Amino acid sequence: MALLEVNDLAVSFVTRNGVNKAVDGISFSVESGKITAIIGESGSGKSVACYSMLGLIPMPPGRIDGGTAVFEGRDLLQLSESELRKVRGRDVAMIFQDPMTCLNPFMTVGKQLMEPLIYHHKVSQAEARERALELLDEVGIREPESTIDNFPHQFSGGMRQRVMIAMALINEPKLLIADEPTTALDVTIQAQILHLIANLQTKRDIGVIFISHDLAVVADIADEIVVMQQGRIVEAGDREGIFSNASHPYTQKLLAAIPSDSKTPMAETPEPLIQVRNLCTWFSQGGKQPVVKAVNDVSFDIRRGEVLGLVGESGSGKSTIGRSLLRLVPVTSGEVSFDGTDVTALHGNALKDMRRRMQMIFQDPFASLNPRMTVFDTLAEPLLLHGIENRKTVTAGVLKLMDDVGLARAFVRKYPHEFSGGQRQRIAIGRALATRPEFIVADEPVSALDVTIQAQILDLMQELGREYGLTMLFVSHDLAVVRHLADRILVLYKGELVEEGTGEQLFEHPQEEYTRSLLSAIPGRALLA
Amino acid sequence: MTTQIISDIDEAEKGTSLWKDAWLRLRKNRLAVIGLVTLVFFIVIALITPWIAPYSYQAQNLDLGATPPSAAHWLGTDIFGRDMLTQIMYGGRISLAVGFVATAVALVIGITWGAIAGYAGGRVDAVMMRLVDILYALPFMIFIVLLMVVFGRNMLLLFLAIGAVEWLTMARIMRSQVQSLRQQEFVEAAVSLGLSPATIIRRHIVPNALGPIIVYTTLTIPSVMLLEAFLSFLGLGIQPPQTSWGLLISYGAETMEEFPWLLIFPGLALTLTLFSLNFLGDGLRDALDVRGSRD
Amino acid sequence: MWRFLTSRVLQSIPVILAVITVTFFLVRVAPGGPFSSEKAVMPEVKAALEAQYRLDLPLFQQYLAYLGDLAQGDLGPSFKYPGRDVNELIAAGLPVTAELGFYALLVAVIIGGLAGVLASLKPNTAQDYVPMTAAMIGICMPSFLLGPLLVLVFGIYLDWLPVSGWGDIPGDKLLPAITLGSAYAAYIARLSRAGMLEVMSQDYIRTARAKGLPEWQVVVKHALRGGLIPVVAFLGPAFAGLLAGSFVVETIFQIPGLGRFYVQAAFNRDYTMILGTTVFLSTLIVVFNLLSDILAAWMNPRLRAQFGDH
Repeated sequence: MALLEVNDLAVSFVTRNGVNKAVDGISFSVESGKITAIIGESGSGKSVACYSMLGLIPMPPGRIDGGTAVFEGRDLLQLSESELRKVRGRDVAMIFQDPMTCLNPFMTVGKQLMEPLIYHHKVSQAEARERALELLDEVGIREPESTIDNFPHQFSGGMRQRVMIAMALINEPKLLIADEPTTALDVTIQAQILHLIANLQTKRDIGVIFISHDLAVVADIADEIVVMQQGRIVEAGDREGIFSNASHPYTQKLLAAIPSDSKTPMAETPEPLIQVRNLCTWFSQGGKQPVVKAVNDVSFDIRRGEVLGLVGESGSGKSTIGRSLLRLVPVTSGEVSFDGTDVTALHGNALKDMRRRMQMIFQDPFASLNPRMTVFDTLAEPLLLHGIENRKTVTAGVLKLMDDVGLARAFVRKYPHEFSGGQRQRIAIGRALATRPEFIVADEPVSALDVTIQAQILDLMQELGREYGLTMLFVSHDLAVVRHLADRILVLYKGELVEEGTGEQLFEHPQEEYTRSLLSAIPGRALLA
Repeated sequence: MTTQIISDIDEAEKGTSLWKDAWLRLRKNRLAVIGLVTLVFFIVIALITPWIAPYSYQAQNLDLGATPPSAAHWLGTDIFGRDMLTQIMYGGRISLAVGFVATAVALVIGITWGAIAGYAGGRVDAVMMRLVDILYALPFMIFIVLLMVVFGRNMLLLFLAIGAVEWLTMARIMRSQVQSLRQQEFVEAAVSLGLSPATIIRRHIVPNALGPIIVYTTLTIPSVMLLEAFLSFLGLGIQPPQTSWGLLISYGAETMEEFPWLLIFPGLALTLTLFSLNFLGDGLRDALDVRGSRD
Repeated sequence: MWRFLTSRVLQSIPVILAVITVTFFLVRVAPGGPFSSEKAVMPEVKAALEAQYRLDLPLFQQYLAYLGDLAQGDLGPSFKYPGRDVNELIAAGLPVTAELGFYALLVAVIIGGLAGVLASLKPNTAQDYVPMTAAMIGICMPSFLLGPLLVLVFGIYLDWLPVSGWGDIPGDKLLPAITLGSAYAAYIARLSRAGMLEVMSQDYIRTARAKGLPEWQVVVKHALRGGLIPVVAFLGPAFAGLLAGSFVVETIFQIPGLGRFYVQAAFNRDYTMILGTTVFLSTLIVVFNLLSDILAAWMNPRLRAQFGDH
């Protein structure tokens, strides 16, 4: 018999604007000793389904409309709050997405770790501490004795997620629900955490529900995969079945959205448009604190018409390089020459004119548009500023941009908050293109978007890149995306260049240790290659 | 082509701006709407008082003395036989004027100071905000009392003194707004488009910083009015022959045993106004989705 | 932590110095003040007076001499009542005001904190609306109006409680404490509600619930500390407000405390008395601000660690 048997579960949220069916009659089961992945984009109801079984959604506005969730012979949905509490944290444990916010900042890690053990099993402090130390050691925290009494802010993100995992396992639960446990982490850390979860699961032979928006992430660890869309399960099956012959078009779309090919590099090698020499961008933190060398002695060329990928983990300085080229952060030393002109020395009208020729697409489409300006105003601003259109022709110019980026003309008088993330990113792309730039820095332009939307935006960028004859610096943490898009790739580590090459060179014959570790961390390589 | 474009623009559905959105939300908040209506009512009354007051401000009737509310004197008369309604109407002019003018003083100084510090950043910011920190630590309430004692009870000084206290918080709010907005990607985008700093401040920063400023302004007015009433109650604020609600409450408190209406009516006027402003401020805070200001 | 403490204490020294300096010179330049010789007094009396109050010295030397007195804890003589000095008046008034302020703060923290926390646990229900409406009334009902109204209702109409005095008749401390504390209870209620709502929406509260802890443990163990930090930080400003409020409350209830002395001194234009009391009260306020800041920082482990590093 399955460990958890969910049948026809339906959950809705009652708001002033009506009833939103977040989970619309789903059924699935979780076996002991297996990892069941629930895959879906934001708003698909994947988290709500799991949280509602444990009574962790606020009610109201949440409401369970029906169904059963039988766990070890008992229907969780019928349990009283106090009975459910005995299940939570003892038989069913959870880990969450953002380890930075999921631990109580006012309590030592040790206390938080011991809390479920003491509460559910009434063990003594000393016993609980002993057990906590063992677990910290097991999840890979070095020297647990000296760190157990630290506060969460003294741990890195990856370490905090390890603590969360230890906390979830301290009562030896039978079912572990992991809600996007690696989404907030860097690729290499993600690989470690995935590995850890899979190991612990095998060792303890427990059931795991792994919630994720990313099929690739679960490709290596899931036994069963459930695909959700808009509150319904569209497809379910074992891993091989889903990856090799998915039948539902949505699953196929999700699979297709995972970039797995390598762009064929440009045949010819045109002369460089941008030459970066010994670029240093350092930030002083004020006072006596050491200077942060975000970018340190970096040199490279960007050839006319190519897409140069810039890859690195958080803190590698990749975004700072992009911003340094555009003079959005002050450069400490070095030279950035654009078409023969040293950008770092420009000011006044010369700088303004240079800004017209190079533009940026930002990561977060929710932050990169002025919330108080309509699409029209946002797109008209650069057109008028640089005299590309005059007052009479600006409307036509704006509408042309909207056509180019695939936005309906009817939206022209709407405000950013009335659009989805993908649509906003289209507006932001339109704004960047408005000045008819020759060069664009795209800073993680799709990492805030759902997987299927990512693919659309990447396609759009490629298409427009050709149409406008753009040279592009594509900054990303995602090697697979960069390989798909870039002619050449630079690998960055702690502010310095590590390796450079075409996608194929890097993937097939990485020269440096760091590049190899990045590559091996890409989730689902084996299945997707 | 051209006609096609014009029809496209005209047919385009008009978006809901955040301001309009906020207004729609505010309209649904019954308490805030009642507050707004009451406030407007009081302000209009204050503006036209000289033309509609039932009695002249100076008119006394010592023979009449204090009388409870009646048909001739809706809110009764004070011990000098002066009409209470007239007194309260004239007192309201002063109380509201102090509230609005002193807040305006605070607004102008605070916003300028905060915007400069926030936009300049670095050392300028550090020095400017350090000064604000130091001033913040000063016990201003006591200082205002001292000022009023030392320099006599002067209305202009009262405006300046109260404004000088309240600008500090305004400066802090404005500065934190400007600072966080400066780091927003849409401001970076504006910089990379080549817009001048003045245009960036005008088009991208100010409209987005306005929400918290509006909310805080609405909540500053009642605290300023309270301060004025507090000083007047102690005899350190508004002086006769002028009057204010605080002064009327002070007189009322002296004779409340025999003539309670002399305390209750001015008290009611002040409390109602403070209620309206606070409910409106809370409503605006929710409608504009402003968090973390004051309470 | 020690370095943080010392640095904060050192930071408040210039503030106190500024207070002393500003107050001193303000009082000296006061138009029509006691130090402008407008009154016709006999020259020898004037000279004696001037010598007594050191008015014969240049202004800056007077200032230095005053600083010297302060350093020895001497707040100076009273100008109106020869023979009495500020220290004596403070010694007489401070215990009364301190007791009143303590009760008021107790009222504010206990009632306000409880109301705010309870309201935050069931937002948008009666458990929220009732205390929050009461808090709104508390904020809009200043002490100088609430005091007389309470006297009118409980002292005169119902005749339950004494209307004035301090420690003479049982129960005479109740109305002043409530009058002074209510506005701060209201503020604290709103602050703690907002703080708790903020904290209760944090991810780590969900973690605590996922552990299976009962709701009261989630609130007490995980939410209260973070939620009440704003309240603790507010205690400093609240203390300053309470002192100023005591001017009014002590006047209304005729309580022989520091506040009433101060107001009387203001009316008598007893400049040395005002100077001394202002310096004393201001220092007190600065110290309390410091204490509440330190306490709030101490409650936040991240800040505690940061300050420890320096």
